[in-house]
Amino acid sequence: MTITRRGVLKAAGAGAALASSGYAIPKALADALNLPAALPDGLRAEAVLDALPGKKPLIKLSYRPPNYETPIALLGSDGITPNDAFFVRYHLSDIPEVDAKTWKLKVGGEGANSTAELDLADLKRMPATEITAVNQCSGNRRGLFAPHVAGVEWGYGAMGCARWRGARLKDVLNKVGLKKEAIEIVLDGADGPIVQKTPDFVKSVPVHKALDENTLIAYEMNGAPLPHFNGFPARIILPGWTGTYWVKHITSINAVTKPFGGFWMKVAYRIPVNKFPTELFTTQTTDVNTPITEMVVNSLITSHVDGAQVKAGSAVMLLGLAWDAGDGIAKVEASSDGGASWKPATLGRDLGRFAFRPFSFTTPPLPAGAHKVSVRAENKKGQKQVTGLILNPAGYHHNVVQTLMLNAA
Amino acid sequence: MRTILAALAAALLATAAVAEEPEIKLKPGPGLDKVEGNCNACHSLDYIQMNSPFLTPAQWEAEVNKMRGPIGAPITEEDGKAIIEYLKANYGG
Repeated sequence: MTITRRGVLKAAGAGAALASSGYAIPKALADALNLPAALPDGLRAEAVLDALPGKKPLIKLSYRPPNYETPIALLGSDGITPNDAFFVRYHLSDIPEVDAKTWKLKVGGEGANSTAELDLADLKRMPATEITAVNQCSGNRRGLFAPHVAGVEWGYGAMGCARWRGARLKDVLNKVGLKKEAIEIVLDGADGPIVQKTPDFVKSVPVHKALDENTLIAYEMNGAPLPHFNGFPARIILPGWTGTYWVKHITSINAVTKPFGGFWMKVAYRIPVNKFPTELFTTQTTDVNTPITEMVVNSLITSHVDGAQVKAGSAVMLLGLAWDAGDGIAKVEASSDGGASWKPATLGRDLGRFAFRPFSFTTPPLPAGAHKVSVRAENKKGQKQVTGLILNPAGYHHNVVQTLMLNAA
Repeated sequence: MRTILAALAAALLATAAVAEEPEIKLKPGPGLDKVEGNCNACHSLDYIQMNSPFLTPAQWEAEVNKMRGPIGAPITEEDGKAIIEYLKANYGG
């Protein structure tokens, strides 16, 4: 791993650091460290804007392994997050730079009839599919949990939406053929642990999800090769499901006939049974808990941060994004009076049912003073965001209706 | 997928940590040397700052035990105890 950092911007002295390092940084980025007050104090003190190679300055939560979230202003109000602003999430610190020329994908497993090995050219020769889909970390907004729970203390930006292009996973699996006893497909990438005893980051998905026509092995993101930190040269795209299954730097795909028993399936990434309206991963479910699967319906204002100043007596145009697990967004409503009344927002361009759906809403003229502004989304299945946090030990599925204060003066 | 020998990893990291990552200064106190000598081998120490100051003593103990147990960190029991005491005293909620 060769990493050179162009500079580290301390939260406290961001302006001075920017000036001295020669950065010309938009005001939106300088505002990026206006971290929500609800985040842990320790996170608020240590987070900095920092640029990984090939990336814009993002909000650094941890250096090693690298966990960087996208400042809200860079999520892409048109529904597409640029590659150089896309969030970065790793569990383990050995992250090799994969050479596309020597990269190989091994396919097989005891649930397959044969084995296959593909290089990047082989993968690119297969029929290509494009899909625009949200990749959101299971723990996005974990840092906003009250009470706080241990983990990477993400704010709002552990997510992004991109146009992914690649081969269908089912076409790759067809090369080896699945036995009828196959129940899960196990996915492993090139990144791994520092010490041998640490469980490698390996995930499994149900066969039906692996065979879904929308599940890809992507080698392009927004028309360009995947950035190193987003899984070069190829990663799994599992539209609708949280990012934990979107294995980066994919190197092996194995069909299995028994539930996969790795730490990152059996212990981590679990939610209580029956607390969330999401698909049950039946072969992995216990009496107590079950793997996280689909994303829950959610929305976010991207044009304004909590405490933003606006002009008194003027209407304010709010921009934002809404998304769900692939049923599609039916409507977004907004309130500028603390939730007393709600009016429909205008939905923007439709990039597909798995994509961010942009929205806009113009408030009535806001008299001088503080105004509580909220947005809430509902999907085509009638699922709505929650008004109270659904507590769970690992801090997943935070989709509480967002409320922020605008100060009109 | 790659698993490499701890010694090799440590050697690589010794270079990497200096070249790539600013030194993270945790609060001074008894046990800090054990934190720096153990935890820092696999992850940067900002993980500790990030998870503060809300973890209870029992939760910090559980975190260290998770690292020594399922996560497989080669931390001696004695060092583990010192790390728990340090975290409870300096980064507890």
